[in-house]
Amino acid sequence: MEAESAAAVSLSAIHQAYGKVIALRDLGLLISTGCKLAIVGPDGVGKSTLLGLIAGVRRIQRGSVRVLGGDMASASHRSAAAPRIAYMPQGLGRNLYPTLSVMENIDFFARLYSQPDGRRRRRIDQLMRVTGLFTFADRPAGKLSGGMKQKLGLCCALVHDPDLLILDEPTTGIDPLSRRQFWTLIARIQAERPAMTVIVATAYMEEAGEFDRIIAMDDGAIIADGSKAELLARTGAATLEQAYIELQRPERRGARPVSSVPRLVPDGGPPAIVAEGLTMRFGDFTAVDHVSFRIERGEIFGFLGSNGCGKTTTMKMLTGLLPATEGRAELLGKPVDARDISTRTRIGYVSQTFSLYEELSVRGNLELHGRLCGIGGKTLVERVEQGLSRFELADVAETLPDALPLGMRQRLQLAAACLHRPDVLILDEPTSGVDPAARDRFWSLLVEMSRKDGVTIFISTHFMNEAERCDRVSLMHAGRVLAVGAPHELQTARGAASLDDAFVAYLEDAAATGSDAETPSEGAWSTEPAAPASKDDAIAPPRPLLAPAKRIWTFARREALELSRDRIRLAFALVGPLLLMAAFGYGISFDIEGLRYAVLDRDQSLESRAFLDQFSNSRYFVEQERLGEEIDIDRRLRAGELKFAIDIPPGFGRDLLQGHRPEIGFWLDGGNTFPAETARAYILGTLQTYAGELARASRAADGPPAETLRVEPRFRYNQDFRSVFAITPGSIMLLLIIFPAMLTALGVVREKEMGSIANVYASPATVGEYLLGKQLPYVAIGILSYLSLLAFAGGVLGVVPKGSLLALSLAAVLYVFAATAFGLLVSAFVSTQVAAIFGTAILTAMTAAHYSGFLIPASSLEGPGRIMGLSFPPLWFQTISLGVFAKGLDTPAFTRELIVLAGFGLGFLLLARLLIRKQGA
Amino acid sequence: MRRWIENAFRLGVKEFASLSRDVVMVVLIAYVFTFAVYSEATAMRTDVNDAKVAVIDGDRSTLSGRIKDALRAPYFRPPVEIDRSSLDGLMDKGAFTFIIDIPHGLEADFLAGRSPAIQVNVDATSISQAGVGTAYIQQIVAQETTSFLKQAPAETLAPVNAVIRAMFNPNLEAISFTASMGVINNVTILAIILVGAAVMREREHGTIEHLLVMPVSASEIIAGKVWANGLVILLAAAFSLHVVVEVVLRTPIVGSIELFLAGTAIYLFAVTSLGILLATVANSMPQFALLSIPVFVLMFLLSGSFTPFESMPRALQAIMDLSPSTHFVRFAQAVLYRGAGIAVVWRDLLIMAGLGAAFVTLALYRFKAMLSRQS
Repeated sequence: MEAESAAAVSLSAIHQAYGKVIALRDLGLLISTGCKLAIVGPDGVGKSTLLGLIAGVRRIQRGSVRVLGGDMASASHRSAAAPRIAYMPQGLGRNLYPTLSVMENIDFFARLYSQPDGRRRRRIDQLMRVTGLFTFADRPAGKLSGGMKQKLGLCCALVHDPDLLILDEPTTGIDPLSRRQFWTLIARIQAERPAMTVIVATAYMEEAGEFDRIIAMDDGAIIADGSKAELLARTGAATLEQAYIELQRPERRGARPVSSVPRLVPDGGPPAIVAEGLTMRFGDFTAVDHVSFRIERGEIFGFLGSNGCGKTTTMKMLTGLLPATEGRAELLGKPVDARDISTRTRIGYVSQTFSLYEELSVRGNLELHGRLCGIGGKTLVERVEQGLSRFELADVAETLPDALPLGMRQRLQLAAACLHRPDVLILDEPTSGVDPAARDRFWSLLVEMSRKDGVTIFISTHFMNEAERCDRVSLMHAGRVLAVGAPHELQTARGAASLDDAFVAYLEDAAATGSDAETPSEGAWSTEPAAPASKDDAIAPPRPLLAPAKRIWTFARREALELSRDRIRLAFALVGPLLLMAAFGYGISFDIEGLRYAVLDRDQSLESRAFLDQFSNSRYFVEQERLGEEIDIDRRLRAGELKFAIDIPPGFGRDLLQGHRPEIGFWLDGGNTFPAETARAYILGTLQTYAGELARASRAADGPPAETLRVEPRFRYNQDFRSVFAITPGSIMLLLIIFPAMLTALGVVREKEMGSIANVYASPATVGEYLLGKQLPYVAIGILSYLSLLAFAGGVLGVVPKGSLLALSLAAVLYVFAATAFGLLVSAFVSTQVAAIFGTAILTAMTAAHYSGFLIPASSLEGPGRIMGLSFPPLWFQTISLGVFAKGLDTPAFTRELIVLAGFGLGFLLLARLLIRKQGA
Repeated sequence: MRRWIENAFRLGVKEFASLSRDVVMVVLIAYVFTFAVYSEATAMRTDVNDAKVAVIDGDRSTLSGRIKDALRAPYFRPPVEIDRSSLDGLMDKGAFTFIIDIPHGLEADFLAGRSPAIQVNVDATSISQAGVGTAYIQQIVAQETTSFLKQAPAETLAPVNAVIRAMFNPNLEAISFTASMGVINNVTILAIILVGAAVMREREHGTIEHLLVMPVSASEIIAGKVWANGLVILLAAAFSLHVVVEVVLRTPIVGSIELFLAGTAIYLFAVTSLGILLATVANSMPQFALLSIPVFVLMFLLSGSFTPFESMPRALQAIMDLSPSTHFVRFAQAVLYRGAGIAVVWRDLLIMAGLGAAFVTLALYRFKAMLSRQS
């Protein structure tokens, strides 16, 4: 039991399965405090799952996980332990916020873990200096190179002085120099804090060699466990990389390193790739600066360089994706031209990030790729099968890429790029994140393609043992080529012991002269003294009541910062509603005048003309060209030229005079019912006037005036009967739900798609705090929007609230809160951003326009529409908005509505809270 | 050309796979074309049908009784008798659109020739009912008094026998109007968002870039998105019209559904292209979401499917003429309600096609610019 208590992590009988795939089988592991442990193994053997379980971001399916003296299955222990654990997930900066600066990113994490002010500032300062990020403190994380992103990720993880540091492939895709700096940093931190336990998954064997203990995994289980010396002794291998390959199941092992097969001698044709003075500028930043090289056919040309040095940009220019600012590029003897489709069939390209379809299976992706390259029929089937077996994807052929580990996804990209047998392969870090054995097998494929089929390969990599296999390599730094030559030549030229050393030497030279380089300071690294020097720096967490409020504030601050970076979105959020309100106030009108009608007068008498005068003299009607015959009625109504037609029969005048009540036909266009009803009402009114005049005329001749009963309409709330007075309160209702809801609708689902939601899983913050924090900035935007709409209504449209402004404002705050909460609810519910946008648009726009009493009085709603109206906030807010604006009512009249609105906000938020689980699967 | 069609076809087929993986999205689409259309049609009355009326009968005479009885369906709900003291409260609550106040001694005053007045309190904030409803109430009162005085049925007293018939929709039932306009609005919102967001998503995931390295052109990518998503929406709209509108709601459709669907196809080309254009203008999904709101809300509310297009100011009419939805609504009303043929609607179809071509050209032009911006 003593070992157990000293252990930082103890796992027993862990079993995790996702669908049919077993990620971990009956795994047990004990990691003592202060241990430095490396986990190695092929892709998809359960390394990430294991780390996720230890970090508490994944749900435990079976078995027990004890971390830092508590059970990770218990939520209370997880939240107690969270501040002592730092977890950095896989992927280049996946957990960072790309629009926030370096400084702001670290600051967010520090606040999230409740670091007190003074201590936080010192800590951030120190971390940035040590990692060399200090000079880039204000640069947005999204604009950093891969290596710098990883360093930033590490800073974010270390900012709260964790006792347990979990890093999932932290150096994947990072150049050798940055990698060295990274590990130096970790070593220094550990030297200061010997009690810190470090668990790292890595694909670099030379890195793993530096750890106290190495665990090799395969197929969800641990297959070897021990120090480097023990593993070497056990396998009888000279290097750890070899030992690793020995430990693999035979079928996983790659071919032996390819001895240098002589390259096919080019048959005198033009070189495969030529670049001359290739330059790319983005604004005043020169990403690629006059780069020139020649790659012969059949050559394997390696592209090395620090992160962010312009390799990817160069490759994109060669593929035609980016037009070069300056210089010339040729592919297979032809100038690169984005419009040249025929050249494109001859190249294969793998981009750094996964760019195939997540929604298609592995096989589906290959098939689509083949078809788009013009391969069909039996050839396609064969090629896909070949690709699947060659890149060892046959077992996962029907799986979606999303479910695959990084390495397999890379293999899939390669399989696709090779499917159409291209002459040139342009591969942008294809092996980042791929385990050593798989890389080995992959390289044998490359060599085979190059040597046998004469395929030219242009590949960028950070692995020196891969660079050594290239015919020639080019070293790039800060947009320039530093050196080109065969690997051994470069090594000799620098007099270095290894290519790695040669590379670092070149880079250090360049960095010394360069100005924009990241140079880590050698300043002393010190963790906080164990005994707090001053009271305010106490490690003790802030008062428990205050902590949640602070974390909510932290999330709100971050969201607001992100929003403030996106000026366009901010502008749309504020200007959009005003624009629409103007359009509504000006455009929506039920005032119908000038109804177009035409007459078919088959009587042509004095009486018929007198009758028709009643219509032609009215401002409600506009007479059109007369109808010639009966059939015209149908034709012209059908064409939409007329709203109604009047048909006067022959003998009308005679019948009228004789008191026979002649029949007059009115034909309405009944298609659009509102104008039709209006027309009917106006016609009836006109007939009434006509009858009255006739009666008066006859009475004037023979008797006293008849009794009349007057009807006095009192148009209440809107005496002038102007549409704008009725429309404006409704516009506010409509706009204050659509915009705020849309603003939050992407909040959660976007973080799910981007991966930063993992920060919430790992942190001590609760989902409720996260949601509320996310919501607050948008509530503020909504309130701003309300105020601007109010000012616009009063100032421009002349619609001023007659009743209680307090009630209206209170209602607006509650309404905006409910709207943003609804957006979050949609966001928590859906799985894609597309569905989030559509769902929000439909649900808010429909209910607000149809079931809220906007155009149709709420009292006239029936059936399901009435239920929908009542179960959604717009109807309730509309009652208040209309009541205050038009009816001049006071606050007490709205008590019920206000309570209901508040209830909606809390209810939506609560539902959203229930839909988001604090841990991933 | 064959390659172009093949590629566009393949890319379109891929869209189906994407869509079918998104269960929530499929459910939402099903919802808007079935239940949403149904509830909209049954809940919505754009005309005075079913206005809620209350009567304060201070007279309780034969005349006041006749007036009350004459307030009948389909224009009015059966009137509710209320007390005068609750008048203001009920009006404030919006419980009734009209409250008719019949004073004490109405019949006596009337017979004595003292020309009494009936007061009608109208909630003028419900502008869709207030104007027309007031006109009806005035006529009903006038008719009933004349007929009361002459002791004869009202119909026989007018000098002329006016026969008002509504063509295409004899009972002036709003249900058929709202139902099919609901379908149209769904088509618009869905087309813009589904296609625009799909392009945005591919941009954010880098898949468009990948396609452009392959022998695939931007026009093929756009064509694939337009035809596949357009087809889904077209089928949904056809189902909605045939099954929900015709069978479930039992509202007859006068015109040719086939012509309507053909026009819808053209319209879909125009709006999906607009969606793609919006996606090339925005920089990220949240921006796209916000950018799309004004577009679809304006198309939704100002195209004539909601309020009469003719009632809008001329300048706004001219602006809205640039929106394909205006022409589509005009086309749809002509075909669905008035049974118009191609001879009547060809112009609107042509304009929609022209607008679509303009959008798609602009979108193509912006496509390359958008790719170099994001890298």
